[in-house]
Amino acid sequence: MKLLRFARVAVFSIVLGAPLLLTACQQQDSASPWQLTDISGHMPDLMFRLTDDQGKAVTAADYRNKVTLLYFGYTHCPDVCPLTLAHLHVVMQRLGNLADGARILFVSVDPSRDTPEVLHAYVAAFDSHAIGLTGSPSDIEALTKRYRAAFSREPDKRGGSYDVSHSSGIYVFDASGKARLLATPTDSQDKLVHDLHLLLSPGDAK
Amino acid sequence: MIGRTLLLTLAILLPLSSEAAQADHIKASNAWIRLLPANLPAGGYVTLQNQGSSAATLVSVHSTAYASAMLHQSSASEAGGSTMRMLDRLAIPAQGQVALAPAGYHLMLEQATHPLTPGDKIDITLDFSDGSHLPVQFTVRPANASE
Ligand SMILES: [Cu+2]
Repeated sequence: MKLLRFARVAVFSIVLGAPLLLTACQQQDSASPWQLTDISGHMPDLMFRLTDDQGKAVTAADYRNKVTLLYFGYTHCPDVCPLTLAHLHVVMQRLGNLADGARILFVSVDPSRDTPEVLHAYVAAFDSHAIGLTGSPSDIEALTKRYRAAFSREPDKRGGSYDVSHSSGIYVFDASGKARLLATPTDSQDKLVHDLHLLLSPGDAK
Repeated sequence: MIGRTLLLTLAILLPLSSEAAQADHIKASNAWIRLLPANLPAGGYVTLQNQGSSAATLVSVHSTAYASAMLHQSSASEAGGSTMRMLDRLAIPAQGQVALAPAGYHLMLEQATHPLTPGDKIDITLDFSDGSHLPVQFTVRPANASE
């Protein structure tokens, strides 16, 4: 068990190293229009089979033609997950009408507590473009592995509740489902607004 | 009998009056709660300024508005993720300040005893290591509130 967790951490550390390298390359390439980490060609296309917050079975194909922001979290997380979603809400507001072309996909890494009903109330409290996704533990694990995002359940606390540690990156996919950008929670809203503006209105890319 | 009680009372009161309590030197500001739906655990935030000449140590918090209130810290894990842990104590240095703010120190507030709505004022008491207490009024803000 401990070994498994170590293995996950090790895998994730490797992927974290990769974006750092990309950033280094990106800085030399002044022609890059992106302010976030460009992961084009380094991460697989969006693919999953989950249940949305209305209780409907969905796949990545249901979000084609939308720019999607994939984030892993859980509703019993009172601090970092809400902070990230509150930031994304401001970003969506700043995008104005363009935000209609985007969806925030909040994937629960705590499916035993995060039913579609709880997820629905949760995401609705943040932004109208946010969708909560849950599913079987194996389908969720498949998705986190696909993007090398680690998560692990922490030991139970008194009262039987527990926390889940999880990766905090935001993966951005274009309207064709291609992985394009990776944002970390420390990236500014300005960077997200800038890059999403480009992805959502490629016509006036400069 | 009365004399003895008085002596005892004095013995208890004197140390407190000669050396002011930790809570007396703490100024709390910007206290707010991020309200989540479905009675999910909420985060509480406050900036604590210690105007005293010795450190104050926060050891716990309590409130009639929540069945459970804990001191927590979120931190980035070595794997680039995010993780939370419970704190036994949080020191506020003399003439210093500690901010409980999103993605760092926070109060983990669970099982509200009555339904809350944005705009409500909630009293939460901060407990210090010398047994002194500081009641602080927190403002309830919506889930998607920015700092
Ligand atoms: Cu916490």
